[in-house]
Amino acid sequence: MGIYSDADLQAIWLSLKLASLVTLLLMFIGTPIAWWLARSRSRWKAIISALVALPLVLPPSVLGFYLLVAMGSNGPIGELTNALGIGTLAFSFPGLVVGSVIYSLPFVVQPIQNAIEGLGKRPLEVAATLRATPWDTFFSVVLPLAKPGFITAAILGFAHTVGEFGVVLMIGGNIPGETQVVSVQIYEHVEAIEYQQAHALSATMLVFSFVVLTFLYSFNKHARGSSMWGAQK
Amino acid sequence: MPIRAKILLKRGDFTLDVNVDIPDRGVTVFYGHSGAGKTSLLRCIAGLEIANNAQVIFKGETWQDDNRFLPVHKRPLGYIFQEASLFEHLTAQQNLDYALKRADKNKPVFNYQHAVELLGIGSLLQRYPAQLSGGERQRIAIARALLVNPQVLLMDEPLASLDEARKQEILPYLEKIKRDLHIPILYVSHSPDEVARLADHLLALKDGKVVADGPIGDLLSRLDFPIKLGEEAGVVLDAHISEKNSQWHLSKITIAGGELWFRDNGLPIGEQVRVRILARDISLALEKPTDSSIVNCLCVEVVACEADDHPALQLVKLKVSDSVLLARVTSLSAEKLGILPGKKIWALIKSVAIVQ
Repeated sequence: MGIYSDADLQAIWLSLKLASLVTLLLMFIGTPIAWWLARSRSRWKAIISALVALPLVLPPSVLGFYLLVAMGSNGPIGELTNALGIGTLAFSFPGLVVGSVIYSLPFVVQPIQNAIEGLGKRPLEVAATLRATPWDTFFSVVLPLAKPGFITAAILGFAHTVGEFGVVLMIGGNIPGETQVVSVQIYEHVEAIEYQQAHALSATMLVFSFVVLTFLYSFNKHARGSSMWGAQK
Repeated sequence: MPIRAKILLKRGDFTLDVNVDIPDRGVTVFYGHSGAGKTSLLRCIAGLEIANNAQVIFKGETWQDDNRFLPVHKRPLGYIFQEASLFEHLTAQQNLDYALKRADKNKPVFNYQHAVELLGIGSLLQRYPAQLSGGERQRIAIARALLVNPQVLLMDEPLASLDEARKQEILPYLEKIKRDLHIPILYVSHSPDEVARLADHLLALKDGKVVADGPIGDLLSRLDFPIKLGEEAGVVLDAHISEKNSQWHLSKITIAGGELWFRDNGLPIGEQVRVRILARDISLALEKPTDSSIVNCLCVEVVACEADDHPALQLVKLKVSDSVLLARVTSLSAEKLGILPGKKIWALIKSVAIVQ
């Protein structure tokens, strides 16, 4: 692949590694949050919803700045990681993972939350009257019926993490092999007036994003027809 | 041992305040107009709705009181929802398997084959819910509820979302279940027709309170039944087929204190049936008419007479042996015939419906 330099390939690999790990973590973290938001009538719901949605509206630099401060030696996260003997997370791959999880959270939580809300409470009630425990109900009823929402969440979480720039720059800097992901690498090329290289990576990102979104929309179109429960509500 | 249900549920303006013992056999219908609290009561008993204050004791086991709330999935009940509630991602067969897999293994009330045959769903099992009609879905849902081996079956207006033809399709299955199943059934309905066909016991609700509670025969023959039945006022009597007349295609049914002829519908002699006679189908006469087209005349005694909803009408309670009948006549006729308690009179019965 002559059009990519070794550093470019390393950046692509790092982006994919980061996005995969973040997506995996987000599915575990986002699902219970989405479940709670979909089912709860607590007065905390509005506050939690707002917190989850903050990354949608905040400039990435603001988010990145506060994460940087929090992760520094004197910040709450920094003190915790220091106490645990991990050192600080700023300018490291694990730090990037933490930042990305927060940054992409709404993109995972909201599709899952919508899918669970779309199911309504009836399937859950039916499962309970058929002696299914709550865990059993989640795996045998919620997961299969809300599958389109979970798949959408995973794809959006992945794609959004790949496309992240501002937060990475703020908390990760630009360390090859550690925090230098594709979006930062493109910036680097442009700064160095290497437009050819920037073109290669940018076009790759463009095609990737387009393919992902096309897949997502065609998948959702199919899924809608099969979800009778959503249609009845 | 009866099912104890003491429920206090407040939702906005609505308060459900009930304290009843429900018989542990037969079909108890929670009857009332919409908004009376029937479904809320059923859901509170099931644990699907969490009452503010409740005591639910089933066969000596506390399902709910101040200190305890047994989760729904641990309660040995079967529940049938108003609209078909099959899992859309599973075939009919897989829906049944879902119940079988989680069923209480100890005491099967219904084996798989029996349930499939009883509900006539053998040919539907490979289909997905989206490929089934409303009535078919409801039959699968009923079979599924039976296969979980419930000790009590809760049905929330299982016919309400179906059209008249579908209702008539499902009702015979419900009657078969009632006959074959030896567990109590709690059945929510606002349909006098379903009450007549299925109920052994009636729990009438109005504005969140129990206004009448007792065996169906006693309640329906009350002149002061608290929920207006209008055109559907009438009695339900136990009877059996005693004779057949093939020349005129008629069957004779015997009730306590009399015999009635009705159109032969193929039931064999000796069959126990339940007949429903509506108040509007009974006329009264002082003499036995000899020149009338009405076949069924019974000599009855007037028990009581009360004004009906409309001032032009009277509802008359009649008795022959142990059977009680209701007749609706105009106030004018009641005056002319001198209808008073104790008077012997002829009841002309225009129509008898076999409901079971």
